[in-house]
Amino acid sequence: MKFGVIVFPGSNCDYDCYYVIKRVIGESVDFIWHKSSNLKGYDCIVLPGGFSYGDYLRTGAIARFSPIMKEVIEFSKNGGLVIGICNGFQVLLEAGLLPGAMRKNRDLLFICRYVYVRVENSDTPFTRLFHKGQVLHIPVAHFEGNYYIDPQSLSRLKMNNQVVFRYCSKDGEVADEFNPNGSVYAIAGICNERGNVLGMMPHPERCSESILGSEDGKLIWQSIVKSINERLAKE
Amino acid sequence: MKEPVKIDLNLVKAHGLTEEEFERIKRILGREPNFTELGIFSVMWSEHCSYKSSKPTLKKFPTEGERVLVKAGEENAGVVDIGDNLAVVFKMESHNHPSAVEPYQGAATGVGGIIRDIFTMGARPIAIMDSLRFGSLNDPKSRYFLRGVVGGIAFYGNCIGIPTVGGETFFDESYRGNPLVNVLCVGIVKKDMIVKARARGVGNTIFYVGSSTGRDGLGGASFASREITEESHEDRPAVQIGDPFMEKLLLEATLELIKSGVVVGMQDMGAAGLTSSTVETASRGNCGVEIDISLVPRREEGMIPYEVMLSESQERMLVIVKKGMENEAKRIFEKWDLYAIPIGKVTSDGIFRIKDKDRPVAEIPVRSLTEDAPVYLRKRVKPAYLDEVSYLDVDTLPRPDDFNQVLIKMLTSPNIASKEWIWEQYDHMVGINTVVLPGSDAAVLRVKGTKKALALSCDGNGRYCFLDPYEGGKIAVAEAARNVVCVGATPIAITNCLNFGTPTDPEIFWQFTRCVEGMAEACQYLGTPVTGGNVSFYNENPTGAIDPTPVVGMLGLIENTDLICTPWFKEEGDLIVLIGDGKISLGGSEYLYLIHGLKKGRPPELNLSKEKALYDVCLKAIGKGLIKSAHDVSEGGIATSVVESCIINEEKFMGARIDLKNLEKEGERDDLLLFGEVQSCIVASCSPQNIDSLEKIAREKNIGFRLLGEVTGKELIIEKNGKKLISQNTANLYKLWREALSLKLR
Repeated sequence: MKFGVIVFPGSNCDYDCYYVIKRVIGESVDFIWHKSSNLKGYDCIVLPGGFSYGDYLRTGAIARFSPIMKEVIEFSKNGGLVIGICNGFQVLLEAGLLPGAMRKNRDLLFICRYVYVRVENSDTPFTRLFHKGQVLHIPVAHFEGNYYIDPQSLSRLKMNNQVVFRYCSKDGEVADEFNPNGSVYAIAGICNERGNVLGMMPHPERCSESILGSEDGKLIWQSIVKSINERLAKE
Repeated sequence: MKEPVKIDLNLVKAHGLTEEEFERIKRILGREPNFTELGIFSVMWSEHCSYKSSKPTLKKFPTEGERVLVKAGEENAGVVDIGDNLAVVFKMESHNHPSAVEPYQGAATGVGGIIRDIFTMGARPIAIMDSLRFGSLNDPKSRYFLRGVVGGIAFYGNCIGIPTVGGETFFDESYRGNPLVNVLCVGIVKKDMIVKARARGVGNTIFYVGSSTGRDGLGGASFASREITEESHEDRPAVQIGDPFMEKLLLEATLELIKSGVVVGMQDMGAAGLTSSTVETASRGNCGVEIDISLVPRREEGMIPYEVMLSESQERMLVIVKKGMENEAKRIFEKWDLYAIPIGKVTSDGIFRIKDKDRPVAEIPVRSLTEDAPVYLRKRVKPAYLDEVSYLDVDTLPRPDDFNQVLIKMLTSPNIASKEWIWEQYDHMVGINTVVLPGSDAAVLRVKGTKKALALSCDGNGRYCFLDPYEGGKIAVAEAARNVVCVGATPIAITNCLNFGTPTDPEIFWQFTRCVEGMAEACQYLGTPVTGGNVSFYNENPTGAIDPTPVVGMLGLIENTDLICTPWFKEEGDLIVLIGDGKISLGGSEYLYLIHGLKKGRPPELNLSKEKALYDVCLKAIGKGLIKSAHDVSEGGIATSVVESCIINEEKFMGARIDLKNLEKEGERDDLLLFGEVQSCIVASCSPQNIDSLEKIAREKNIGFRLLGEVTGKELIIEKNGKKLISQNTANLYKLWREALSLKLR
């Protein structure tokens, strides 16, 4: 099994994802340069956090046009697993792989802190090792994480069980005061209809080791590994 | 811009050069300088680049140590050995003047500049920290400065992906109109991969890399060598604009380039841009350089050589590449879509020669711009104000009758309140090394692939330095060291920013000299050599000079990440002790300033041998796992320190029951015991079964050890011999403390 971490010139969580996959989870992983156009042999693609191309225009707005994104879209159509974290989530939205858009945070300030999110859907390849309603202690770090989606599409998301994570309190209560950025329906992460593309604002790679204060993110990586292993066993 | 026809004295003075300095230039050249040469001399001989006023004083700093690999002044940043074939490159730099004129970009480019100093030495930057000073937040201008500066640091640091792991922020009227922005950057490099900023090897090629050159930042170095005036906003064109994305590309390309082995030397084009980078690399390499200015990529039409040479456009570097390896260098820069243009070569004759195609533009001996630049022994006189302010008659101070009110006022003072509003805007976790997050005594970063971690802290109390520059200088070093000790690190070296008023004022220069002498003594005693830093003079606004503000950036080393200590109380029933026995004083305290409106008295005494002994005790106790929390006693005194230990960890507030009876020999005033400030003391907690072993360690080192009370559930109660002085719910205190700063900014 092999992970690929896409490196846009302004990615800055690429090393972190690479480190966690390789050293903490113990799986094989490559960096994939944004100018490359070959995703053969990979089982899961990670779009890491950062500022892809500087993001002076709008987060992820330029990244979607890069050569590698065409491949990522193709890859996802073939059922490959794609996880976009933070800026990676923004890129997935811009590329149309996930519905909705990001606005600037409610307080118009960058925000970096630990928050709590609740697992809404533990049926995805990314969350299967959690149980529904489980609360994760996990950091966010973004300026544009205020997720927006129109009411109709939101109902569709809910109906299809595409809301994967919601901001909540330590005890799992969803309320405005626990929503760090003003996201609609306190959404912290969603997947596509098929369930093989996940976008999330919080950073699982930042909480996958006990020395960093939380290991809650580790189960996301392990879920992915388990899903891929099962699929590979079938093939 | 048009070249003036004649160089007259007015033009010389407008360049910040004196008549004597102009005569000296003519002697060096054996002729009159042309306009470009005049510009080059003016920036290289500016205070900012030449350290002409501070050089003799800075020699007092101890710079040697067994861990020191690159000493202060030898390169763009100091380098210390941390074992495991790894070295730490670190340096702190000020960006005060640009930030006073344009806070957002001023602070942002301050971050960009110091990061380049670190990665051009081959190190990957792993953390940024900053030390900020503003006037009172009641002044809308100070709020504008704070928002702008923090926004600028966040913009740059977050984008480039280097965590800003905290620092310190202090508010005082003396910084009104002249905020201080000091940025520290730390990087890690394999010992055999350190790159020097030297031009070597005649015939080697000089590459210009990065952004194109514009008129922005023209003459920034000389701008930073003047006082801030009412007209300073007209200098806005002298402030550069930052492009962190470009810098990210430069960072990655540079590190890749170094790995490829084609680099001889490199330097950031910082202050005085293309001029200083070429001249300084040539000077360190004892050689000459020749460049063709027509090859420099430009973003504006019609720039004359003077403008190209003095521009401070950001995100540019000079790289000296081995002859014959130019194509490999180009290939790497092209991968990152960067300009990389050969503009000249290293020569043997010690001359800095600029051509515009075939036309000679300037010819100046390299050393006359660097080592042989003017140095001045400035006059110094003990300031007249000192006698008046150093006397404080404590007995005349009214005694507060409600200490609950005083405590709340203290905790909501911006100087003591949580700085979360600031550091939450910084990505302080990217890089997944931040083991102890901002808000503790020191930030801790693990070193991947080892059991080691680095502890970082910034400190410097301008109020203390105003009242006694020598003691204040000592305290700046000791407090910073104590902070890293509290997390379990051994202090190993410092960098610093020295922020002062105008050096030609003898009273200011006295402050400067005394501060440096105090710092030097503390560094010597505590075994923390100075590995670099910078001096920022001319920090004055129309109402006067800032308080003398040396800021120390302390590097601590933790050998085993299993033995890291944090400042918050852990468990009910644990005992709280005060380790150390400095003398508690109201002089220069936040309490005295905030409650009584006075900036008077002597700062608390600092006995360096007691201080050193405290480190030994604290580190031994942490090493043996005897203490569960350690927190420095600083601004706000013992009461504040105890409250912070109750509430710093927002996941779990604790309470405390304290009895001050064991402190009674310090004095009978309750305000002194609660809020008086003291050196060489920490508040620690331990489980009851360890208290005897802990006390034994302290007694062995002859260090004071006093029981204060115990950790409880939710309430903070402070009494003295049964008389209740303070009774508060800690969750409530947390809310007040946490929200105070953002409420002030609403």
